[in-house]
Amino acid sequence: MFLTISTTGAPERPATDLGYLLHKHPDNAQAFPTSYGTAHVVYPEASAERCTAALLLEVDAVALVRRGKGKGRGGAPDAALAQYVNDRPYAASSLLAVALSSVFSSAMKGVCRARPELPARPLPLRIEVPALPARGGAGLVRALFEPLGWTVRAEPVALDSEFPEWGDSRYVGLVLEGEQRLADALRHLYVLLPVLDDAKHYWVSSDEVDKLLRAGEGWLPDHPEQKLITSRYLARRWSLTRQATERLELVRLAETDDSAVEEIDNAVEEPVDESAEGSADSSAEESGATEAAGVAGSAEEQAVPLAVRRREAIVDALRAAGAARVLDLGCGQGQLVQALLKDTRFTEIVGVDVSMRALTVASRRLKLDRMGERQAGRVRLVQGSLAYTDKRLKGYDVAVLSEVVEHLDLPRLPALEYAVFGSARPGTVIVTTPNVEYNVRWETLPAGHVRHSDHRFEWTRAEFRTWAGTVAERHGYAVEFAPVGPDDPEVGPPTQMAVFKVLTEKPEKPEKPENASGEKKEEKAA
Amino acid sequence: MTSTENAESAENAESIGNTGDTDNNKVRSLPVTDLSLVVLIGASGSGKSTFARKHFKPTEVISSDFCRGLVADDENDQSASGDAFDVLHYIAGKRLAAGRRTVVDATSVQQESRKQLVELARKHDVLPIAIVLDVPEEVCAARNAARTDRADMPRRVIQRHIRELRRSLRHLEREGFRKVHVLRGAEEAGNAEVRTEKRYNDLTHLTGPFDIIGDVHGCSSELESLLGKLGYADGVHPEGRTAVFVGDLVDRGPDSPGVLRRVMSMVGSGDALCVPGNHENKFGRHLRGRQVRPTHGLAETIAQMENESDAFKQQVREFIDGLVSHYVLDGGKLVVCHAGLPEKYHGRTSGRVRSHALYGETTGETDEFGLPVRYPWAEDYRGRAAVVYGHTPVPEATWLNNTICLDTGAVFGGKLTALRYPERELVHVPAERVWYEPARPLASEAPGGHEGRPLDLADVHGRRVVETRHAGRVAVREENAAAALEVMSRFAVDPRLMPYLPPTMAPTATSRVEGYLEHPAEAFEQYRADGVARVVCEEKHMGSRAVALVCRDEGTARDRFGAAGVTGALYTRTGRPFFPPSAEGSPEGPSLTEQILGRVREAVTEAGLWEELRTDWLLLDAELLPWSLKASGLLRSQYAAVGAAAGAVFPGAVAALEGAAARGVDVTDLLAEQRERAADAAAFTDAYRRYCWPTSGLEGVRLAPFQILATQGRSLAGVPHDEQLALLDRLVTADPSGLLATTRRLYVDTADPDSVRAGIDWWLEMTGRGGEGMVVKPLGALVRSGQGRLVQPGIKCRGREYLRIIYGPEYTRPENLDRLRSRSLNHKRSLALREYALGLEALDRLADGEPLWRVHEAVFGILSLESEPVDPRL
Repeated sequence: MFLTISTTGAPERPATDLGYLLHKHPDNAQAFPTSYGTAHVVYPEASAERCTAALLLEVDAVALVRRGKGKGRGGAPDAALAQYVNDRPYAASSLLAVALSSVFSSAMKGVCRARPELPARPLPLRIEVPALPARGGAGLVRALFEPLGWTVRAEPVALDSEFPEWGDSRYVGLVLEGEQRLADALRHLYVLLPVLDDAKHYWVSSDEVDKLLRAGEGWLPDHPEQKLITSRYLARRWSLTRQATERLELVRLAETDDSAVEEIDNAVEEPVDESAEGSADSSAEESGATEAAGVAGSAEEQAVPLAVRRREAIVDALRAAGAARVLDLGCGQGQLVQALLKDTRFTEIVGVDVSMRALTVASRRLKLDRMGERQAGRVRLVQGSLAYTDKRLKGYDVAVLSEVVEHLDLPRLPALEYAVFGSARPGTVIVTTPNVEYNVRWETLPAGHVRHSDHRFEWTRAEFRTWAGTVAERHGYAVEFAPVGPDDPEVGPPTQMAVFKVLTEKPEKPEKPENASGEKKEEKAA
Repeated sequence: MTSTENAESAENAESIGNTGDTDNNKVRSLPVTDLSLVVLIGASGSGKSTFARKHFKPTEVISSDFCRGLVADDENDQSASGDAFDVLHYIAGKRLAAGRRTVVDATSVQQESRKQLVELARKHDVLPIAIVLDVPEEVCAARNAARTDRADMPRRVIQRHIRELRRSLRHLEREGFRKVHVLRGAEEAGNAEVRTEKRYNDLTHLTGPFDIIGDVHGCSSELESLLGKLGYADGVHPEGRTAVFVGDLVDRGPDSPGVLRRVMSMVGSGDALCVPGNHENKFGRHLRGRQVRPTHGLAETIAQMENESDAFKQQVREFIDGLVSHYVLDGGKLVVCHAGLPEKYHGRTSGRVRSHALYGETTGETDEFGLPVRYPWAEDYRGRAAVVYGHTPVPEATWLNNTICLDTGAVFGGKLTALRYPERELVHVPAERVWYEPARPLASEAPGGHEGRPLDLADVHGRRVVETRHAGRVAVREENAAAALEVMSRFAVDPRLMPYLPPTMAPTATSRVEGYLEHPAEAFEQYRADGVARVVCEEKHMGSRAVALVCRDEGTARDRFGAAGVTGALYTRTGRPFFPPSAEGSPEGPSLTEQILGRVREAVTEAGLWEELRTDWLLLDAELLPWSLKASGLLRSQYAAVGAAAGAVFPGAVAALEGAAARGVDVTDLLAEQRERAADAAAFTDAYRRYCWPTSGLEGVRLAPFQILATQGRSLAGVPHDEQLALLDRLVTADPSGLLATTRRLYVDTADPDSVRAGIDWWLEMTGRGGEGMVVKPLGALVRSGQGRLVQPGIKCRGREYLRIIYGPEYTRPENLDRLRSRSLNHKRSLALREYALGLEALDRLADGEPLWRVHEAVFGILSLESEPVDPRL
């Protein structure tokens, strides 16, 4: 990984002053050991007119991986293949930022013992970072550097010239130009390089967090993207701890299949960076699917997010059914469980999800570990799968399947039908699912797109009714339908809901009891 | 309880004991069942121990005196009686549990002490038998007087014993003794002979061959067709085979009298055996004039019987009364009963056993159709004997843990099924029509429903141990099963279409050859050390591992795998589909999966493999190319990204150093190093590019099969690789579309240095041209070492350039290679073998026609193990 810092000189101020400022002599090649490899500083040019310092960090990729081995937190998890082949040796990431701060520590502090007046003086600076990982793309790079007074050139780097159809990589070639004090420039880089990098497989220790925040003093509080810079940084920390503790088994299964864990561990939405980033890389599906996104339409409708309306409709239906013992099948992050806990008529609430991460997030959201015994006794979160029958799910009043069925491939739906209606067989089943007809009313959703990237299908009202009718008939339930959200006269409501009630069974008297009494006599006779 | 009811079954008929009203001078013959609890009853001094010594093996007899001695060092210490009887009951219980006749030698004159023994017999489902020695007081007293240890026994004790014995005599049968032999006087006791009788259910001496026939339910026409198909002519088989009926001959169907007439005649002539079903039991009660509700099709039988003669009705009644609840046949290797029987009840005799045999065990719950939920006893069955039964209608008869249910719902429009034993062939005739509407559909649409029951979470969830034929018990940890559950539930193809997942493969031992991390020499050496003389080296196609289930048509997929609307599946190492399913009636036509399956199908047909392998489906292990087809996400986010970053950074870095050098700064070493690193990065980009090419539809897509894993009724995991490859070569040749690709191979003798050299050269040449490498496999495929353990089914030797993708662009630099060589392969090797054993198990279970949940259990285990922590670069 590599960057250059150049300045031009003037008669009263030779460009080679840069050497004093950086505390590195232009005529020597100097090497500095850092924790990730050796950093070199050389000057490709050093004249009074123009002086360039190059920082080259030779990352020891093998050591980088071994460092983390067996240390858990603080070290990289040792079982993700992604770490072994990655861009760390080449891209300007947090490792370069760390090297920058250690090699140029005095310059960053604005200290120059030989020429104390120099640091306070702005210089015409040109900084080149040829491979800058930039999540958010060139747009975000500009949004981060321009408010600081830089003229920004950010050119996307193609992924592979032989495969132009693959498009651009997440790297940009960055050139910054501006009149800046060198210390400020270094601190900008020190903070913003890691922020632009998503650095997903690397742990940044907490004292580095403090260092980063210190480096932002003086410019970060007033930065228009201050919120993004901070939240991204904090979100990154959170996701790193999560990765280190929760998902390794899934990571391995993803890698077994040559895919990234995000492809399969997607049951819980990543916390979305707020503000500016949306334009850069958040996909249309995501913004369309964000539950809080307003319903296109009148202002008052937008005031109540659809997800809230859906929960209200479900809770109303549960009350109407006189339910006390409730299954939330596919409970996700536990929002419905949370809502049900507020009403003591629900005496037993079981949240079931196949995603361990969803359950962990739900548990955290509900603060299960801190909940009082009485309340905690009403709720349970368990891993389960509706692809299988499950004896634990028998005997409940109601099962809720809220926004669940559309996450299954259609050929696997019969298994869910049997597991819920045939095997678990609660008195009432509540199913909600998107109404695809309504999608034309979502402003942010491109035509023909589903609302969430994991939706395997979305049904029209007629399709949903046909399915529900068939299921009800096959398993002995009666079904009624209700709209959730504004019922558009043309395309219907955004969410459709079906409430199934089990029909009173009129079973033949089972054979066993009648004969069993005879058996008893027979045994007695014996 | 009247004596009529007492005679409800043959077992009960035994209970009419011989009550000893015979002439004192005659030799009394006392029938005693071979498995029973014999309770000797008599006063002190009545001669019980002498009787026991004379008629039973010493080890069969447990005396209370002996037990007193055990616990108190004194056989006459009455204060130790409580503990002594605890010991006696304990030993007797152990013997009965093990199926050994036991004789209790204690006075047992008190009802309370006998009651405990009767309960003990019931608990172990054996017959309690009483033998009473009713000997006069004087004789007892004289005998006691002759014994030093009992000489001072008060006379009143003997008097009390005899009083209590006399009082008990009339009640012994009511207490539960199924045979009561009373010997009056010392002479009769001395002259009696004990005759060991077999149990009625013990037909172990009959070895068949048998044709076991499922629930007929009055379908006499289907029964006649089936008997004809089995080779019977008028109820007699020319080869002397014996038919065995599992019960439920009557009710629901059109002609129960006809079925009874046929079966009774065959049983009468010794051409058939029959056990009772619950329907016979109820019908028998009706015939005896008892009030029973004419439900579940009994009304039909009653109506059909109205035209029959009283004599016939009487015959039927006697026939049903004489039926024995279950039979143990063929030296104990076969048990036939109506509703299935756990091993602990085999050959036992009690009301509980009879109840189980006729009705099975229910959980007390009712299902969605209001029918009782039956306890899935067969899932826990581990017994040696094959259990063949009926009672619960299933769509297909399938073996499960050495049990099989033959009730395929003939009367409900299914079929009438017979099992040829010992051949274990199923023979069936379809129902001529639906004779009776079932209360519940025969099959559920859920996966597994067509084979008994749908998949249950308990089959896969939590910590589990899977029993495998080839490597014993394989454990799956809870956290690994949890991750597998997520992938299996959310991303995998229908489990019905996924009868197998490929196991992981270990790489060759780390090479010491300069510049190499892996080299084939170690692989050849490892197999040589394992005693494998001949191996095949197969070219490694750099694509994605793919398993293809190819059915001849939709009907095959539906009938064999229970999946509708497809002709198979094509899935990845974790069971995910390569291509999205196409919407029904989609304008794009069939999905890419179906298109690929179609081409393979044509090649199979063209090559004539359906007929040659006698199958309607094939399970193929293969590689799908190009790699970029599936891995494009990873390629872009990971591999191409690394190349792009390197490509962007080095020109500037090298130029900067060149600039500095031009200024006279000494950067010689650093510059050289950066140039090398740039070259390494370029080599890395070249390495992954070889496995990428654009595809459009099926254009550019290739499938390279390297093993046929299974066909109908057969696992091909043990077929030698040269035979496998010969079959697959024919498949490739027969494919006109160019989809199928050949796997190049070379055979090597591990003990022949020249052959090994040739193998190494082949690898060097192949990887030198950018090939991924090769897999070395024992030619015999499924091979054990001299010590009897499985050897690795394959060892991969990856090419030097290919490994850049795994170990990073700069792994070949000497300082990196040195460090990377310290890698540990043990866990990976163990994992590979465990997954291999599970894979073999899945294929064996599939071949045996076991139900889906059994196959899925093993498949799920493989996926779970894939999430174990092991160095992912191996």
